[in-house]
Amino acid sequence: MRAVPLRSRLWRAFHQLGSPPYVYRLAGRLSPWLGAASCVLLAVGAFWGLVLAPPDYLQGDSFRIIYIHVPSAYLSMGGYVLMAVAAAIGYIWRMKLAHGVAVCVAPLGAWFTALALITGGIWGKPTWGTYWEWGDARLMFELLLLFLYIGYMVLRMSFDDRDKADRVSALLAVVGVVNVPIVHYSVEWWTTLHQGPTLIREGGPSITMDMLIPLLIMLAAFSLFFGWLLCKRLQGEILRRERRTRWVRNLAAEAAA
Amino acid sequence: MSEFLDMGGHGPYVWSAYGVTLVVMVYNAWAAYRHQANALARLQQAEPEQETRAKPTVRQIG
Repeated sequence: MRAVPLRSRLWRAFHQLGSPPYVYRLAGRLSPWLGAASCVLLAVGAFWGLVLAPPDYLQGDSFRIIYIHVPSAYLSMGGYVLMAVAAAIGYIWRMKLAHGVAVCVAPLGAWFTALALITGGIWGKPTWGTYWEWGDARLMFELLLLFLYIGYMVLRMSFDDRDKADRVSALLAVVGVVNVPIVHYSVEWWTTLHQGPTLIREGGPSITMDMLIPLLIMLAAFSLFFGWLLCKRLQGEILRRERRTRWVRNLAAEAAA
Repeated sequence: MSEFLDMGGHGPYVWSAYGVTLVVMVYNAWAAYRHQANALARLQQAEPEQETRAKPTVRQIG
């Protein structure tokens, strides 16, 4: 048996990932595993973070909010990059499925951005003495991120024609991605209220192992959770986009029987 | 136990943050499943109509 060259294998993978029936089935097969793994890790990480990790020497027990705040903030930025890359692929190669991915990421990313803002505000009260500070750069650019997600969704709603919505909203998604590095570096460029980075910084993470491990578990748990819901949403999105094709009509007939 | 719930006086902040997160995550899971179920249900409703092709409009011909 002759080994298949890597390049043709990559090409095949690329074409399969552009094929709606293949991705629909892949998402359907992946989602129960992603859902189960994320729920287990969420329980483990929350227990570890709330019960086993020691209180912070400066912030006491309120620091435990880090275990939901940092994963939410990370997904708000990672989700945006994913949305922008998917929209760019859709725009450049006219791959409808990629636009579909961007459409599915948008509400999830917006919710996690809102969570990052809410949990951050609650954490801010005992730590800074205020829920919200209009002058803080990190808070402002994170809020802008939320508006970019909402703008993307509202912009799409203003078009009846899906192809046109795909192309115009992709431009907004791609232009808005410049905000992501600004959010990340805002705490270094403008030092106001928000503390500096904990994980991705020069000299490695500034957190002890017994606090770091539950944070890494929660980051994995939130990412798997995001992947789970993305698969579910993508399945619905594919059905809507492909409703006139034979394979979707067969699928609907099977489901009805 | 009450000492654990109190969180050194930070209990209301810690538990409200975790509570909001739980609610948002459960809602999102429900919404994602409903999104797919709705798409499937709409397909089954729309199926009889899909059989008859819509007449081409003037714009499509020209």
